Amino acid sequence: MATVADTRPEDDLDAFRGEVKQFLAANFPESLKGKGNAMRTVEGPGEETAEETSWREAMGSKGWGTPTWPAEYGGGGLTRKQAKVLEQEMAMAGAWNPIGGMGVMMFGPTLLEFGSEAQKKEHIPPITRGEIRWCQGYSEPNAGSDLASLQTSAEDKGDHYLVNGQKTWTSGGQWADKCFCLVRTDRSDKHRGISFLLIDMDSPGVEVKPITMISGMSPFCETFFTDVKVPKENLVGEEGQGWTIGKRLLQHERTNISGGGALAALNAQPLSKIAEHYLGTDENGKLADSDLRGRIAEFEMAWNTFLLTARRAMEESKAAGGVSEISSILKNAGSRLGQQRAEMLIEIMGFKGLGWEGEGFSEKELQSVRGWLFGKATTIYGGSTEIQNNIIAKRILGMLDHQ
Amino acid sequence: MAVLNEEQTMLRDMAQEWTKNESPVKAWRKVRDGGKNYDPAAWDAMREMGWTGVIIPEDFGGSDFGWMSLGLVVQEMGKTLTASPLVASALAAGAIILGGSQEQKGKYLPQLASGDLVGTLAFDDAERHTGANSATTVSGGKLTGTKPFVHEADSAGLFVVLASDGVYLVEKGEGVSLSKRSLTDQRDHAEVTFTNAPADKLAGGDEDLAEAILDRARVLTGAEMLGMAQQVFDDTLDYLKQRTQFNQVLSSFQALQHRMADLYTELELMRSAVEAGLQALDTSFKVPEAACIAKARANDALHVISRQGIQLHGGIGMTDEYDVGFYLKRARVLEASWGNSGFLKDRYAKLGGY
Ligand SMILES: Cc1cc2nc3c(=O)[nH]c(=O)nc-3n(C[C@H](O)[C@H](O)[C@H](O)COP(=O)(O)OP(=O)(O)OC[C@H]3O[C@@H](n4cnc5c(N)ncnc54)[C@H](O)[C@@H]3O)c2cc1C
Repeated sequence: MATVADTRPEDDLDAFRGEVKQFLAANFPESLKGKGNAMRTVEGPGEETAEETSWREAMGSKGWGTPTWPAEYGGGGLTRKQAKVLEQEMAMAGAWNPIGGMGVMMFGPTLLEFGSEAQKKEHIPPITRGEIRWCQGYSEPNAGSDLASLQTSAEDKGDHYLVNGQKTWTSGGQWADKCFCLVRTDRSDKHRGISFLLIDMDSPGVEVKPITMISGMSPFCETFFTDVKVPKENLVGEEGQGWTIGKRLLQHERTNISGGGALAALNAQPLSKIAEHYLGTDENGKLADSDLRGRIAEFEMAWNTFLLTARRAMEESKAAGGVSEISSILKNAGSRLGQQRAEMLIEIMGFKGLGWEGEGFSEKELQSVRGWLFGKATTIYGGSTEIQNNIIAKRILGMLDHQ
Repeated sequence: MAVLNEEQTMLRDMAQEWTKNESPVKAWRKVRDGGKNYDPAAWDAMREMGWTGVIIPEDFGGSDFGWMSLGLVVQEMGKTLTASPLVASALAAGAIILGGSQEQKGKYLPQLASGDLVGTLAFDDAERHTGANSATTVSGGKLTGTKPFVHEADSAGLFVVLASDGVYLVEKGEGVSLSKRSLTDQRDHAEVTFTNAPADKLAGGDEDLAEAILDRARVLTGAEMLGMAQQVFDDTLDYLKQRTQFNQVLSSFQALQHRMADLYTELELMRSAVEAGLQALDTSFKVPEAACIAKARANDALHVISRQGIQLHGGIGMTDEYDVGFYLKRARVLEASWGNSGFLKDRYAKLGGY
């Protein structure tokens, strides 16, 4: 079904396309072409070059890093179709979005929905300009899948909360300026005792300790809170509304995980091409390893099916004016396929696909190994595969609660 | 389910209502017990509703609603295992639309559209599908060869036959003999032997005519399989919600919840693949690839869903009295038709140049 945004006259879009082309020509430095660093979120921010800074500022001033967010808070205020045009033109120019992170992917959309006017005015614009880095303080040592059992407490002290407890697996905690946190404000009610609180990471009493992952990187931390004072105006929504708000944020997270995986693979070289290089072909032009050839074909077909499903979910959601039921399968299907691809990629490379560091391996080969290891997280975070299956069984299929 | 237009929604609703009321699985059971190919009254009703002409151009007596529309009807028939030569005949019509001369179209399409004539494909030379190749020969307009497993052969009056040098139309009659082959689905199949049968070549279309016809067969068969998979899944879910063991309904066991969640995921991926195949036929965009994906997905998803359908019903699933076994038996026949997954993977790789 066509929405208003879809029925704008074509030439409107043409004019917009012109504007984008001009902007890119004037602001995107040739030298940054294709240098977008998708791994920045896991490898840490690093030093920004002068060119990178000016590119980020240019995009930020337009609000085009967050193209569909409202302009009044610094977003681009674009329609979906315009955003699509922007995306196309950027891809064509080899340009990348310098504005991202958890603020863009999950926190911003949630605050736009639940935040007060003052909170939106304070927190959204810096996100749209890529100036502030957010991290997610949800998980605790004893609260993972059963997130609502979290214990980090926020005690009401009149004009502020006093926060005590420990979070863990805090991605980017060591580089973050601020943290959106689920805290306990009431011990008598598991779910309604949870509140959504924003905490400055440089507040006295906040301490982070990086944790090394199997991939060798340390992109996440333990985060300790000891008598941390947090102003009352940093509470989002009402006290006790944290579970509702926190779950909404997780929906944004899941969409991004499955969508992000999809994008990564779209941009990646087809496995068959990589396999041709490593395995060679027989006299008929077929990949020399016939078993791998079959599995590669199976994977490529499955991957296409996943993309078709993601498209269908979007079309259905649009037509129904709500989230389509099949969105629920995208996280499991997408993360599983992403892992499958990573496993096949290193298998294709043989020992070169198992290099840890140093000589004898290309940059790509080493990246494939680290990516394969890091990718194991996709079926754990954002609601593990098993938790997603619980959700599908109960919410979509109407099967009974087993607990 | 893909977003449908008004026409398609009406057609789907009509098919749903008709199959539910007039052609439930009970009806198939009766046809089977009576040893018939299909219920002639049901076939007449389908003809009257215009289902035989859905993909045929209006100039030749059809409604030209397209493959997606036909796929919707075929899915509903798959759900209730409605026996009929609808799919086979549509594929024959599709072949003539692709490769027929104006004269051939004028001669056959109106009859196929009305259902007065039933057509079917007679392509494969052996017990498995190996692509568009055949040792069947034609000389001086006479066709000779054997096709060991032809669907709806008894009902058909017109065969679309693959020979070594192209695709031919052969009318049932002179030089055509049938020997029934009772497969596990107990539908209409036969070995068809052609001995100097008068044959009329489909000379139009491009050089990949045979593959193009097969691609249509793959996708439309996928649509029937999609309907079947959906029904087995729904029936199984209903059963788990009713049956009590250990003082609780089966649907409260997490092991079964996760299995159903996985099957649901398979089913929805299958739906995307099959619907995209139907859409590809309507838009002529990347048909060979889309057909491979649709049929291979349909094969794999229906395979596991039909097996789990039996398993999750327990002992009752093993009985002839219960419907779920019908789906398993039909499933394997359709999986073997027009390419198993191994064949389709190979084809997909070849299309991709590796
Ligand atoms: C790379 C990475 C980054 C992360 N970043 C963040 C972050 O920034 N902020 C943050 O707050 N958290 C973060 N997390 C934490 C993540 O959300 C949790 O790891 C996740 O919720 C799972 O919790 P857990 O690790 O305690 O595992 P557990 O909950 O202990 O699960 C262990 C296993 O048991 C299964 N299981 C658990 N419950 C059930 C059930 N009811 N039924 C069936 N099976 C079940 C799980 O699926 C899993 O396989 C991150 C995790 C990773 C790996």
